[in-house]
Parts: sequence; structure tokens; C-alpha cells
Amino acid sequence: MNGGHDLGGMHGLGPTHPELETEEPVFHAEWERRVFALTVAAGFLGKWTIDQSRHARERQHPADYLRHTYYENWLAGLETLLVETGLIDEDELHSGQTTRHFREEDDIRVLKAEAVAATLTKGGPVTMDIPLEPKFAAGDSVRVSNLNPTGHTRAPRYARGKRGVVEMDHGVHVFADKNAHGTREGQHLYGVRFTARELWGGEASKRDIVHIDLWDDHLEPA
Amino acid sequence: MDEDRHHSHDHTEPPSDLELRVRSLESLMVEKGLVDPEALDALIDIYEHKVGPRNGAKVVAKAWADPEFKQWLRDEPTAAIVSLGYTGRQGEHMKVVENTPKVHNLVVCTLCSCYPWTVLGLPPVWYKSAPYRSRAVIDPRGVLEEFGTEVSKDIELRVWDSTSEMRYLVLPERPAGTEGWSQEQLERLVTRNSMIGVERARSPSELEK
Repeated sequence: MNGGHDLGGMHGLGPTHPELETEEPVFHAEWERRVFALTVAAGFLGKWTIDQSRHARERQHPADYLRHTYYENWLAGLETLLVETGLIDEDELHSGQTTRHFREEDDIRVLKAEAVAATLTKGGPVTMDIPLEPKFAAGDSVRVSNLNPTGHTRAPRYARGKRGVVEMDHGVHVFADKNAHGTREGQHLYGVRFTARELWGGEASKRDIVHIDLWDDHLEPA
Repeated sequence: MDEDRHHSHDHTEPPSDLELRVRSLESLMVEKGLVDPEALDALIDIYEHKVGPRNGAKVVAKAWADPEFKQWLRDEPTAAIVSLGYTGRQGEHMKVVENTPKVHNLVVCTLCSCYPWTVLGLPPVWYKSAPYRSRAVIDPRGVLEEFGTEVSKDIELRVWDSTSEMRYLVLPERPAGTEGWSQEQLERLVTRNSMIGVERARSPSELEK
């Protein structure tokens, strides 16, 4: 979707104002710690994927997305997912009071403290070991399709319609655009190299390059 | 409540609406049995105290000191990094991009905040912020200047937009004047920012400051 999250190339958002690396804390407030942990823990309930989680954040009104701090966007995304999956209903969210407890048949699998370290260490690889012919190979000239889906996509707006060269085939990865909508499908993922001039015009540095990872469905031969 | 917030800060501030909203959600999720409170504390402890950029610094220092490891890092980055014990969430599919006298690499995620957690921990605020995400691809040299980093016009600047689950780690150039240094000594030159690409590794003279 052409949402408030798709920021590459946008102007007017100001300087970066980095905090000193040696002084920046991991979290800046206790509520940030809680939102982080609630989001990661709830992810392990298995009711949504990481792509659905990203999409829940980016579906906010663009003005809200840009106004919010980072963990406020996480909080908004978490609330959306909890309500949409029926784990919490709107009334509960607004009142803070539980109206319904889960039973065994609801099959709620909670991440337990003793499983945290091992679960994180295991991770969640998204490569798929399936035989699938790649549509492109390293060295191929490609164009990013002029896609404007209203759902989730990982093809950033600034690259659409632009020409690049496939630099590497990363193998078959879960296709994020479909996974965000509940369909787990594998496609080849490619590292594609674009010149800054192709993306931004003749004023850009002639030496600069932007690499973007794109899937089969994002690309056409050029 | 607003008045309270504006006068002198010699007393405990009342919790903000946001703090109340988070507390309410947490107690609701705990009460409904959706999260284990001790698991929340464990998650916070891991990412606040255990996983962080010192992991990445060990990877970089070993690559500087050990040519075989460096080659492995180029050929099979995920396996080479896992061999040092850095494995798991947000580090499942790694690629190491190497700075040279002719190439400088910079990592961004324009669409969200993708970042190699296993080697760098959680990203800093600026990395997740709209200014960095918007400008790193269109004005990377301007962004680097804000970090005090100048990259000569003759050097190719490669920006890596993390749009998939591939995670990028910059291998900075080994600073001059470090011949014969041990891996432990080298590690102290490797900053988090140098592994994102907004800065270079520290020089031996910077270390003395």
C-alpha cells in the first residue's frame, strides 16, 4: 500500500539528530520495554506472521504513523492484531476488563519464560526448500513493475518503474506481500542494484548505488 | 493533568495516557493468559543486556584478524556468524557487505526498521526514524555528514535497503596503525555505527581520547 510507512525519498522530515552511541539507552521509557516485550511475546502465539505485524502498523492513517514514536506504532499494530484475531475484543481493549477467558479448545500457546532463550535462538527462517525455477539470474536487466496494491508490499514506491540489474539470487523466500495476507508462498528473492541516477535523476551522484531486495512478482525483464 | 506536567518537576510525574494504555493492555493480556509476565521480563533482559553490538564487534574483529574467517563471512555469512554463537531471530539470513578503499556501504530499512538483531541488538532511535529512512536512499552523503562522516566523491556509496528478511552487516575497513593487534584490541575499535555504515571504525588515536 502507498502508506505513511513508505518513506524512501520523501522530503521535509528533517535531520537525523542521532544520540551519541555511547549514551543511547536501548529503551527510553518503561512503557517502551513493555510494548516491545508484549509484541514479541504475542508474535509467538502463532496467530499472525511478521508480515501481518508490519502491515498492521502501516495501515494506520499516514498522519498518525508519522506523528507517533516508534513504539507507539508497535502498540497500535499490536492492538489492531489482537482485535482482528479475536484474542481481545474492542470492549475489553477500551475498558481494560476481561469479559472472556480462553478454554483449552481455544489452543492458546503462550511463550513461557523458560522457553524464551531457546525460542529466540531458533529464530524463524523464511527460506523454503522447494524446487522453483528462478525467473531471473545475476546480470539480468530488470524493471520494477508499476505495482500499487492496496495491501502490503515490500516493493518501495521509489523503485517502481525503475530499471536495475539483478546482482544475486537469494533463493526461495516466503513472499512477504502475500504472507501479510495469510498466504504462505515461496518466490525467488533477488538483490537488485539500481544506480542513484536511475532512481533520482541526473543530479544524483554518478557513483552511488542503491540495493533493494525484490521478489519474482515485483520484477519484469527490461 | 497538563497543568501538572508543566509546573516544576520536583515531584513524581503522573503516568501519561500512553503509560496507562500500555499498563492496561499488559494486565489484560496477562489476565487473559496471552502472555507470561516472566517471559516479558526475560525478553527485555535479553535485548537490553545480552544481545547487542558487542556481538557484531567480535565478528568484525575476527574478520580483520583472521583471513580465513573473513572469506567464510563473504561466502557463507550466516554460517560464519552462527559459528560465533550469534544465531536466531532477525539474523536468520545474513549478508556482510565489505567497505574497501573504493566502496562504502550504508544500511537502511525505508519501509520499517529491519536490522540484524543477533549481531547489533535493537536499532537506535535514529535508525528507525523518518528522517533517516527517507533520506538514506536519496541523500546518503548528506546523512553521513550529520554523523561527521565524509565519503570522497571518488568512492562508490552503496546503500542497502532492507526490504526482505535478508539482514545486512557492514564490515568496516580495518583502521591503519593496528598491525599486530590482537582480536580483543581490535574489537574496541568497532562501533555499532560503523557496522551500520554511518561512521568508520575508530582509529587507534580516537581510542586514546
